Amino acid sequence: MRALRQTVEILRKDLLLEWRRRARLVAVLVFAVNVLLLFSFALGADTGTLAKATGGLLMLTLLFSSILALGESFRAEHEHAALEGLLLLPMHPVGIFYGKAVANTLFLLLLAPLLVPAALVLYGGALPAGQLLQLLALWAAIAAGLAGPGTLYAAMTGRLRSHDVLLPLLLFPLVIPVLVAGVRSMSLVLTGDPMAQLGGWVGLLVAFDVIYWSLCGVLFPYVVEEP
Amino acid sequence: MKPITWQHALGALGLGLLVWGSAQALLVAPPDRHMGDVSRIISIHVPCAWVGLLVYTIAMVLAVGSLWSGRSRWDAALTAAIETGLVLTALMLLTGMLFARPTWGVWWTWDVRLTTTLLAFVLFAGVLTMRSFLEEPRRRATWTAVATIIAWVDVPLVYFCVRWMRSIHQVQSSPDTIDAAIYWPMRINAFAVLFLALWFIVLRTRVERLREEVDEVAPPAPVVTAA
Repeated sequence: MRALRQTVEILRKDLLLEWRRRARLVAVLVFAVNVLLLFSFALGADTGTLAKATGGLLMLTLLFSSILALGESFRAEHEHAALEGLLLLPMHPVGIFYGKAVANTLFLLLLAPLLVPAALVLYGGALPAGQLLQLLALWAAIAAGLAGPGTLYAAMTGRLRSHDVLLPLLLFPLVIPVLVAGVRSMSLVLTGDPMAQLGGWVGLLVAFDVIYWSLCGVLFPYVVEEP
Repeated sequence: MKPITWQHALGALGLGLLVWGSAQALLVAPPDRHMGDVSRIISIHVPCAWVGLLVYTIAMVLAVGSLWSGRSRWDAALTAAIETGLVLTALMLLTGMLFARPTWGVWWTWDVRLTTTLLAFVLFAGVLTMRSFLEEPRRRATWTAVATIIAWVDVPLVYFCVRWMRSIHQVQSSPDTIDAAIYWPMRINAFAVLFLALWFIVLRTRVERLREEVDEVAPPAPVVTAA
């Protein structure tokens, strides 16, 4: 019960900080739109190709943006040793992990309302009006898949000088299942699912989320507690 | 430190079995009816796969031990196991490609078995890369263990994916489905590769422990970069 209250407190603190500054949100949004633009230049102006690849390009944009967002999420904690302060309060590391992970998931979820319409406008697709809720739920599952292990690795690499290199190096191969399942399910929602394949891919996403959110919660205390 | 002798017995036994098993595979076993002599490569491909996954699992157990005990000898053995696992996975991928080209017609295909195996390689390579960035021994040990446990989640996926999903790679065979002339060389080589892998792990652990001793006596000079 206490861990839950602490999770909520950390979440509240992170969201409040984010809201007061909004610097990270603006930076990540501008970065994401830039990536979307770059993809359309890389693939050429053929709307047919772009429309077919929309799901994949959206997922890659989210992945690249998440590296930026996750890397920043622990900066405040590592500056002036705020993380040690939180642990001395005493706050349980598990509460810190889940608070941070939920905050990061919400942050990545916040990118959806801007990125999905932008991608559909730029790449020439139509938003299936009846499936908005489905798309949002899918985005949430993908965001959670990136944010769970991402939060753990951001906590680890954040205090190193070479964190810009290490975070993508560790996170990219790990989240490949999220990427694959995300691309397939996103494409199925955007372009139709005549063979009813969506269930399997969503199942893979949910399984990934459950396994890594539990495992990272168990391992997080070892990472932050100094020996 | 005591002189090592029994470890070399492991190596000698492994090498002897490898020569025997390979001679059986190359000279005694008949060529496959459809694939011809190409099929003989499985008698080294499959043992590398089995022992590779086993060694990763040993690494995971060592990682749990390292986190639990905090002793540096677990960390040294863990690093040795990851390195040995990487060598075996590389051999497995290489022999697999040599087998795939004449039988499937391609060097590589994005099949679920191949992808998850490559993923395991990249994940564990990432763990070693992260390790090389860390200088403080306790933190290096903890983080290597955490990253190893997270990376290991892919290992059961490599093993079971051919049963769970559609795959071009065949499912696991059993002695009921293969002739004794084929599975005996494979079994002998499996023990050969296992003993060789254990030999490498023991020797590599020793090197790591000696390096630790050297670091204790004469710590590496801090890197000074020109301003």
